[in-house]
Formats: sequence, structure tokens, C-alpha cells
Amino acid sequence: MIPYKPLPSNTSVIFAMSLTLEQVRRVAQLARIEISDDEANSTLAQLNSIFALIEEMQSVDTQGIEPMAHAQEMMQRLRDDLPDARDSGERRAAFQAIAPETAEGLYLVPKVIE
Amino acid sequence: MISSSLQQLAEALGSKAISSVELTQLYLDRIARHDARLNAYITIDAEASLSQARLADQRLARGEGGPLTGIPIAQKDIFCAKGWRTTCASRILDNFVSPYDATVIQRFADAGAVLLGKTNMDEFAMGSSNETSYYGPVRNPWDLDCVPGGSSGGSAAAVAARLTPAATGTDTGGSIRQPAALCNLTGIKPTYGVVSRWGMIAFASSLDQAGALAPSAADCARLLNVMAGFDERDSTSIDRPAEDYCREIDSRPNGLPLAGLKIGLPKQFLGEGNDPQVMQLIEAAIADYEQLGAEFVDVSLPNMGLSVAAYYVIAPAEASSNLARFDGVRYGYRAPDYRDLNDMYRRSRAQGFGAEVKRRILIGTYVLSHGYYDAYYLQAQRIRRLIANDFSEAFRHCDLLLGPTIPSPAFKLGDKAADPVQMYLSDIYTIAVNLAGLPGVSTPCGFVGKLPAGLQLIGNYFSEARLLNAAHRYQQVKPWHLQLPPGFAE
Repeated sequence: MIPYKPLPSNTSVIFAMSLTLEQVRRVAQLARIEISDDEANSTLAQLNSIFALIEEMQSVDTQGIEPMAHAQEMMQRLRDDLPDARDSGERRAAFQAIAPETAEGLYLVPKVIE
Repeated sequence: MISSSLQQLAEALGSKAISSVELTQLYLDRIARHDARLNAYITIDAEASLSQARLADQRLARGEGGPLTGIPIAQKDIFCAKGWRTTCASRILDNFVSPYDATVIQRFADAGAVLLGKTNMDEFAMGSSNETSYYGPVRNPWDLDCVPGGSSGGSAAAVAARLTPAATGTDTGGSIRQPAALCNLTGIKPTYGVVSRWGMIAFASSLDQAGALAPSAADCARLLNVMAGFDERDSTSIDRPAEDYCREIDSRPNGLPLAGLKIGLPKQFLGEGNDPQVMQLIEAAIADYEQLGAEFVDVSLPNMGLSVAAYYVIAPAEASSNLARFDGVRYGYRAPDYRDLNDMYRRSRAQGFGAEVKRRILIGTYVLSHGYYDAYYLQAQRIRRLIANDFSEAFRHCDLLLGPTIPSPAFKLGDKAADPVQMYLSDIYTIAVNLAGLPGVSTPCGFVGKLPAGLQLIGNYFSEARLLNAAHRYQQVKPWHLQLPPGFAE
């Protein structure tokens, strides 16, 4: 588990009451989803109505409350970083058979470096 | 046969009154006859199902059958099943044939159950009405103009119409309990960590939990006996001794069956937001529970009203991270035309994901982005703790909580599809349970006109046997769950 570090008390919190069209395009770029101007416009209205719902949270005083990241208070189990029988190389063909494009055991993507 | 409980089916198979092949064929025939009206299944593979049934018959003939051996079970199309198309109701996985079995699928196979088919659902389990599926909406067998609920809407419709004896579901914010309520079924979402998430396509990993939908609580207990158990391949699986979830149901109480059980009535569940006819049914059920020996106390969950807001930060945040893996490289859909690698990602995801999934990815990406993380994500996690603390406080005064599963009966297809916020609010009573990681059951509690209503019972961690027993005892005196939707009885 990552230990919780409380925020320094002078942290300024930004409350964004609504998004701009430019922010929608920026978020879509971060999420790697192509978005047309029409889509960005209709998405903007819907996202803003959802954020209006979410803003209810901002009025709640949560000072001193530790964030709850998970439903169970438990330590992450660790295992040795070794392949087991289920991960044997024979399964590579089965897993690559469903890939869009492969060659010689590698996944192919468009050229990145000229 | 279609009105038989899982126990009765096991007895019929054990006594050779019917074979697994005959039983499987009976349900395949029902699917062929009725599913065009419902759209409950995405994939049927009769040959694969029947070959599992033949193996089950051999196992039964050797006298090695267990409680589910030979019984057909429908699986939500979120569970990877080897050799089966596993789509999560998304175009991006339309061509995905899983090379491996999810732990849940493996456990059913080990028990000798037959995989009857893969059921329709909201795309990536994101929805409350089963209208976001790439394969089209599912219809409610009780009224074909209405939604079955979601996201496990195909599983719910299939069980309700008796196109399978039982089905699996997954529940991130109510996706088992809410469709169970709208389709007159029992649905259980176990304590987080009781059923392995390995091979179950992830939506919001800190909230997702698999469970079961079936007519009765006794059926659900038998399903949970097979599904539950520690799995080293799921890092959040809880390592604890196996338990028999039927044990309280099978016990014979001296005196009143629920004597000594203290049930809390959270005032936030029983307020003005509920349909008055649903409230009448809940009040009648409270009187029935008193007759069964339960005592009632008033409790409060003061932060419950914030659960939808916190959920719509936490679940999209986790989804935006989980769904980053769908990139058109290793499996799934790849756009046919693109300029470069980045464009390939952007187009594959734009064309592969539906509108609701994209919306949630965008919300999640935004709330996790620089400058907003503290205001949204950490604030939502702090509110999550306040909600979990409310439940802990309530359980100091009672054993279970009771209220409606959903404020109203099923709504019409299309009614809420254009307004995401209205759709999100239909999960108002179920979401808090996922945030806290608690187990919850929905049981049928009567009808508003021709539409079913559901009663939710919430228990403390690991109280599934007690929860299912509380639903079971009520079902013994009020057998709403035995009613079949007209038009599907034959």
C-alpha cells in the first residue's frame, strides 16, 4: 500500500465549475480519443451537467479524513517475479493469433522512428 | 422444468429424470424461440454447450456430480471464456475470442456446470438500463417497452424469462441488484474480494465484484458456493476459509425463523424520492419481516446523498486507467485508416468505444489530470470513507439494513438515455454499498402494475449467508419470485 501523505495546508484547490470546449479537446487528446467539433460540443454540455452533480462534494468538509482508495484495508500481496507454468511460451501463438498485426512473435504498429 | 430451483434440477439430473444434454437443449430451444424479443444473449454456441453437457452426463453417470453438475448457466459477456467470443458489449472487442478462462468461468467448469451462452450488458458495464450495448438494448420480459436495468440486463432478462436457470453478473454500482429488482429476481453482490476478478474485464477495479442472479435466494447461495474462493491471480482476492453460503438457509430454526435479527431502516432510503407504490410494498415487506421475528430500528447514513457524486469521480477515474489497454495493438478493434501511431490509437478508440464509455473515460481523465486531482479524486475518496464510516456506525445498532433497491419500477426504453445524470441517479441506493465494499442482496417484493419492485438488504462484511437467509425466509412467506412474466411461461 502506498502510505497516505496529507496535503500541505497551503495547497490551493482549483474548483472548476464548468469545462471549456478547449478543455474537452485537451482531455480527449490525453485519453487518445479522436473527437470532432460536433462531438466536442455535445459532449461539453453533458460533461458539464455531470460535473454539476459532482460539485455537490465540494461543500463537504473533509479535513483530516484519510482518502479511502480501496474497499478493503489490506496489504497488496506480492509474489516472486517469475513466470509460472501458466505463462509458458507456448501460449504466445494463442495470444498473438487475436492481434491485429504481428510478425515473428512481435506486435506491429505504425512506424514511430524514421 | 423451467420453474425448478437449482436444487430440484440437481435432483432431476442425479435421478436421471433428465440428462444434462436434454436440459441444455431445452434452454437452447427456449432461447431460439424467445430471445428475438429480448436480445438477452450476445453469443450462443450450441455445440460448445452441448459438448460440455455430454461431459457432465458422463460425470453424473460415474456418480461424481456436484450441486451444479450438468446445469446450464448463462455468463455475462464480461467474463473471458476460452474459445468464446467475449465482447463486453463493445465494438472494440467485437472480434475478441478469449484465449483463456476467467477464474469464475473455470470454477463453474470445474463444478460441471454448462456454459449456456454469453449475455448482453451495458458496454463495459457502464450503464443502468442496458441501452449502451453495441449489440442493441435488452428488453424487460415483464414489459417489452421497458428496460431490464443494467448493467447485467441481459443476465437478468434471460433468467426472468427462464431462458436460463441462473446467470452471473457483475456489480460496480448496482449492476446486479438493480436489474434483479426490475426483473423480479434475487441478485447478490458479495463483499468485495470474495469472488475473483481475474479474467473479468475491469471497469472500476476498487468497486467491481462478481455475483449471481437467479429466481431465489437459495439458488444464489448455491451459485455463490461455486463462485467464491481465494484466487492468487487476483491481488485483491481475500484469503479466508471457504464457507457454505447455504448453511443458514438449510438450517431448521426453533421458533420464528428470523427471531433475534435486528434490521436497520436508514431514513435516507425511505424518504420522499421513492415511488409511493414502491414504498407501500416496502412497508408491507417490513410487516412481513416482523411476522418472521425480525426487530426494526431506525438508523441514519448521513453521507449517503453524496454517494452518486463520489462514485462518478472514482469509477470514471479507474475506468479511464483500465480502458487505456484498448489501443488496437494486442487485441480487439484497430481502425482501418490512420496516419501514425497516435492517430491509430485515437481512431481505434473513437470508433471502438460507444458514447457513454467515451464520456466516462473523458471524465476520468479530467479528474485525474494535473490541478484537479485533489479537488475531485482525493475529495471523492475522503467522502468514500465518510460513507463507509456511516455503515460501520449503523451496524453497531443492527445486523442488516433494509430499503428499496431502486426508487421506481423499470422505466421505458429511451426515457433516460439522453440525460446521463437522470440515469446515474437511478443507482442512488446501490452505489454506496460498492463504495464501502459491503455485500447486498435484492429480492422481489411485489408488483407496481405489471412491473416488479425490489427490496435491498445490506449486510456487514462477509455476512452473505445471513443476508441470503433473510431473503430466503421472506421468500418462503411471499413467493413473488415464482411469478413468471406472461408470454414466457410456455
